[in-house]
Amino acid sequence: MIQKRKVRIMVAKPGLDGHDRGARIIARAYRDAGFEVIYTGLHQTPEEIVEAAIQEDVDMIGLSSLAGAHKYLFPRVLEILHENGADDIVVCGGGIFPEEDIAALKKAGIKEIFTPGSSLEEIVKWVEDNVKPR
Amino acid sequence: MKSTAEKVVAGDIRAVARLIRDIDDGIPEIREVLKEIYPHTGKAYIVGITGAPGVGKSTLVDQIITHLRKQDKTVGVLAVDPTSPFSGGAILGDRVRMQRHSMDKGVFIRSLATRGHFGGLTQSTRSAIDVLDAMGKDFILVETVGVGQDEVEIVRSAHTTIIVVVPGMGDDVQAIKAGILEAGDIFLINKADREGAEKTAADLRLMIDMDQEKYRKGAWKPPILKAQAVFDKGIAELLEEIHKHGKYMLESADGMKLARKKERVREELSDMIKNRIIEEVINSITRTEEFESAVESIVSGDKDPYTACEQLVFPRIVNSAG
Repeated sequence: MIQKRKVRIMVAKPGLDGHDRGARIIARAYRDAGFEVIYTGLHQTPEEIVEAAIQEDVDMIGLSSLAGAHKYLFPRVLEILHENGADDIVVCGGGIFPEEDIAALKKAGIKEIFTPGSSLEEIVKWVEDNVKPR
Repeated sequence: MKSTAEKVVAGDIRAVARLIRDIDDGIPEIREVLKEIYPHTGKAYIVGITGAPGVGKSTLVDQIITHLRKQDKTVGVLAVDPTSPFSGGAILGDRVRMQRHSMDKGVFIRSLATRGHFGGLTQSTRSAIDVLDAMGKDFILVETVGVGQDEVEIVRSAHTTIIVVVPGMGDDVQAIKAGILEAGDIFLINKADREGAEKTAADLRLMIDMDQEKYRKGAWKPPILKAQAVFDKGIAELLEEIHKHGKYMLESADGMKLARKKERVREELSDMIKNRIIEEVINSITRTEEFESAVESIVSGDKDPYTACEQLVFPRIVNSAG
């Protein structure tokens, strides 16, 4: 094989949340770490996110939410991935969440949650350690 | 169990997506799959869309998809964005403009990064076109940033190539003059409400008109269209011209399409041979212990890279060629 497989990541903003500065910064950090990042823009439904993730054959979906609907939207993404036989795609989340929600989201199957205290190095390192290209 | 090729031909989204990934990652085993799907290709109409960054290519593609879907045509999209030469990473953002089509089963959108591997962008994009063709898409839209040689070559494997410009970008037109004018079948001035649209049209017309002799003999004369893709203005006209050009390719000057096809096949095959040779030769040299130890001795200062290169290459290439 002539080159190493590249990690492909989708950065997505589910729901009615117009704040994508954070998502863009993460996308940029991922790019600088050598990943291929697919950015889908604002106001995506979980269905749209999953369909795009499958078409793009990504290894991970990073969901960003600052609008409070994460308790529905994040697990819904996992559900649709499962329905499509795409459970192998790792899902993690970033944004502002109440402490008790974080535990619930992780229990639902969100692999990791990053909050405003997380450094970019930490977020990138987590991907390097936990997401292996297929 | 169905084979990968069978799944692709049956339109299995996951199989298609994964195959394109394997092509992009340069997995040698997929050559067998590509051989198997090749007989199912040749039915799609391929449209190349190129132009400088920011001229509105993705928005235009989005509108073309909408129009084609209204005509009940299925659409595959390959959107190419550049890889960072520093990190090897990429942000692929063309999808943002097309995301409204993501739930439409008749549309498959894939973002590709230029990467810059040995096989070349051209090779993997051509193979990806074959995959979308084999899965049964009626139209395949290939969007590239019109800056490098590779991109121009991809556009050459399209049936119809649209070159998108915006008013007032004098340098833009200069770039076209220098490189890809001959690759354009249709010129589209996007954001045509801006100042300078007339001047840009006149500049283009001047260049196109220089080939009068060719047109008299029946060659296609590239039309110059104006559009405002965001407002869906001028897109219907663009589709009409694509249709006309397609008809021209089929009907005009007996065998014109055939000739062009033969030319294309010749070009693609020689490209493929070139890439394969580079790949095989590079691999045979760099995947040896000798190569690794040469690296070590350069690092440790025992050898200079020039000598190391000669020692690695000469016994293999020069002797076998001589």
